[in-house]
Amino acid sequence: MLRLQKYSMNNSAVDSNSLGKVLKSVCVREYLCASRYRQAFINPLVFFAIIIALFPLGVSPEPEFLSAASVGVVWVAALLSSMLSLDNLFMKDYDDGSLEQLVLSSQPLYLIMLIKSFVHWTLTGLPLIIISPLLAMMLYLDLEQLPVLLLTLIMGTPVINLIGGIGAALTVSLRSSGVLVSLLVLPLTIPVLIFATGAVQASIDGASINGYIAILGILLMLSITLAPFATSAAIKLSVSN
Amino acid sequence: MLKISNLACERDDRILFCNMDYAFPAGKIIQLDGQNGAGKTTLLRIISGLYGSFTGDIFWNNAPINSVRIEFNQELLFIGHKSAIKLNLTPLENLTFLIGLCHSFSEKSLFDALEKVGLYGYENVLCRNLSAGQQRRVALARLYLSRASIWVLDEIFTAIDKQGVAQLELFLAEKAKTGVTIILTTHHQLSLSDCLVLKISDFQNQNELEDAEVTEI
Repeated sequence: MLRLQKYSMNNSAVDSNSLGKVLKSVCVREYLCASRYRQAFINPLVFFAIIIALFPLGVSPEPEFLSAASVGVVWVAALLSSMLSLDNLFMKDYDDGSLEQLVLSSQPLYLIMLIKSFVHWTLTGLPLIIISPLLAMMLYLDLEQLPVLLLTLIMGTPVINLIGGIGAALTVSLRSSGVLVSLLVLPLTIPVLIFATGAVQASIDGASINGYIAILGILLMLSITLAPFATSAAIKLSVSN
Repeated sequence: MLKISNLACERDDRILFCNMDYAFPAGKIIQLDGQNGAGKTTLLRIISGLYGSFTGDIFWNNAPINSVRIEFNQELLFIGHKSAIKLNLTPLENLTFLIGLCHSFSEKSLFDALEKVGLYGYENVLCRNLSAGQQRRVALARLYLSRASIWVLDEIFTAIDKQGVAQLELFLAEKAKTGVTIILTTHHQLSLSDCLVLKISDFQNQNELEDAEVTEI
């Protein structure tokens, strides 16, 4: 808080743009770039749909089996397709030098990174959540469990995005970092997978889901508050190569 | 004022420069001179705070630079090899973002700046459809809008035509008179009269010379 105050005091002194305006201009640019390069955000979504559509063909089309497996399949597919989209998070900005300009900005880098992660989530996580009811129904998920599944996805996918951002920031200066990011980040996202699927399973069994949701909430809060710091530190490292 | 003291940098087991002391006078154009690979870009990145593997001190207004990083960043304009221009955006959108990172502006000033770098009529064309020189000019339009007092410009004349270079030199000289410190690298022959030259090679071979003396003894 103190640091933030310091920032705003400096701003008034030399007439630089306010923090809000800077974050807004970062936001606008992210959306503009995304609207001109749509496949980067459509690919993960298609990937997500294909995994779920092929699963019954590959294993078993029995409704009882699919219903039992549906939560796990949807969540694993969501996790993998989120991983797939991480490459896009910083790669282009690194290649064209935009990251340097962000690092040299007089505004706090961690807030810029938080905004970037948020925009990225609205472009990759949110569409995935929106189509997931349809795909879950394809897997015979009980309709009564759908709200719980959606709740876990809404709470869980931002965590994957934020933690993934750290990995993407660390590896952005390396060529061909695709698998490395997954190796770095996947183990850290396993708790999200366990507690999210656990919540839906508990709901199916008729047990209370409060504990699971509370833990997901903690993970979300921790990653929102801490991950941007790690990401901005990693970006500074990567840029200074 | 920007001052470097006892600066040394080693890269890939090679000493780029050492014992470098220099005070960058305000309101001057300082050209870094050296061969390819001499460490010009590295020095510019060290000054800007983008490269951390060095020893020595940098002072901004007599305070260690790390303690006044935010104030310094507000006064710094850095244009590197990579010009931070997104090919999927128009010159106008690119400028809106890059200037918006620093200070507030009016839309008219953006159009004016683009006109000054010769991009009148190209404001809303995607940058990927512009030539290399024109893309470079989008980045250079930032110069006409900047309120910073330290400009760090790495090879800004690349891909710019002769006329553009001449115009830019005039503008830089004009800007320096208003008190802006301009640190730049270029392989162009600058026609500026009051341009200081900082030769990186002056700080290069001291260690080797000392080694040579030691062996003589």
